[in-house]
Amino acid sequence: MFDSALNILTYLSQGLWTTVSIFLTAALFSYIMAFIAGLSRMMKNPIIRGVTAFYVEVFRGTSLIVQLFWLYYAVPILFDIHLGSNWWVGVIAIALNYGAYMSEVVRTSILAVDKGQTEAAIALNLSPVQRMRHIILPQALRLMLPEFGNYSIQILKGTALVSLIGLTDILYYGDIYRSTNLSEGPLAYLMVLIMYFIIALPLIWLSKKGEKIARKGVAS
Amino acid sequence: MEPIVQYKDIHKSFGDTHVLKGINLDIRPSEKIAIIGPSGSGKTTIIRLLMTLEEPTDGDIIVDGTNLWKMEAGGDGKMKKANEKHLSKVRNEIGMVFQHFNLFPHKTILDNCVTPLVQVRKMSKKDAVELSRQMLDRVGLNDKYEAYPSHLSGGQKQRVAMARALVMKPKIMLFDEVTSALDPELVGEVLEVIRDLADNEDMAMVLVTHEMDFALEVADRVLFLDGGVIAESGTADEVINTSDNPRLQDFLRRFRDA
Repeated sequence: MFDSALNILTYLSQGLWTTVSIFLTAALFSYIMAFIAGLSRMMKNPIIRGVTAFYVEVFRGTSLIVQLFWLYYAVPILFDIHLGSNWWVGVIAIALNYGAYMSEVVRTSILAVDKGQTEAAIALNLSPVQRMRHIILPQALRLMLPEFGNYSIQILKGTALVSLIGLTDILYYGDIYRSTNLSEGPLAYLMVLIMYFIIALPLIWLSKKGEKIARKGVAS
Repeated sequence: MEPIVQYKDIHKSFGDTHVLKGINLDIRPSEKIAIIGPSGSGKTTIIRLLMTLEEPTDGDIIVDGTNLWKMEAGGDGKMKKANEKHLSKVRNEIGMVFQHFNLFPHKTILDNCVTPLVQVRKMSKKDAVELSRQMLDRVGLNDKYEAYPSHLSGGQKQRVAMARALVMKPKIMLFDEVTSALDPELVGEVLEVIRDLADNEDMAMVLVTHEMDFALEVADRVLFLDGGVIAESGTADEVINTSDNPRLQDFLRRFRDA
């Protein structure tokens, strides 16, 4: 029993790098998307605001797996756009999806910073960009940390979907293992769970830490 | 002497509420003005308009010869709404201290002062630190440079807020009920700083306050705001002793009783 568990873990670890690399890249890009979309949605320009709102609502309102299939199967045929390898398709779909969710975290955190902070910054004659950069964003960032931690864990779990477009991640190897060792199916999937959980542990720790930071040092 | 600020028939509405109904006011350089009046009379709104935190519904505010909220649109002399660049130029001459301090909680009190000097005044970090320390010393916070605002008492926070406004060397300084949020025993230390400024600084000062005795003592001129207009204006002595405005007498009586 213990031997075969270890055996399975070794087998699954072939997919470890795919899962981790997709997670790290998709997380990075979704943070970037979150800031671009979150800030765009607060701009005065109605066109930028409208386009951003459309993106956010479409990607929040449809499921990640359908988006993944769209990017993988439909977009290349319909628009002749090829996003490179399926690794990139996975990264882009996840980043766009979670970027849409997290942009709302960015936006609401910025709005949650006390209005008095903006007023003091105006009274000191900081420009709108300086106000955002030196006064509002540093405080909003602290408010964002716990939610960003939560979403990061979700992104990690979301990467499991890329096995459906032929990427060889942890879940993919779990499926393969089960199909060749049918009796060990339950154990194989237990090991898959454990493996995801172990990768998530540092993220859980980080988001706890983020919560602590968020609790202090912000005017509200 | 030419006034440094002129309000010309200023109106301000918030939705259906007509708060200011035709304010005409000249502020001369280095003049100390106190605005008193019942709550809801628009005292705070008057100075927020000057700080560009609110936009007037109608009328003009002239600061040092420049129309604050309007600028020339082109060669034809027509005026349009001022843009950020125009506002920023005029804003340079004005400073404000708020009821709730509005210190930047993520910065030390030294950095609260240094940041605007470096960012707005383009001062070197070294000079900015030097000037900020001097100003913090002046308001009695020489041992707190590296403290964060959350570690200060209300009185200390308000003194930092004053130092932060002062380092920018405004020609006009606005005080918006700066002692209203303080515990009673901390009011004195803040008023002490304002008195020092009133006695020793050349800048014009406008105080919106409920500290009646203090206002009457330091102000060159007292304005009584009532129903969205300046109902009385004069020296403290004139306003208190010679005015027969029944609303003002009533207002003052209520303060003496309290």
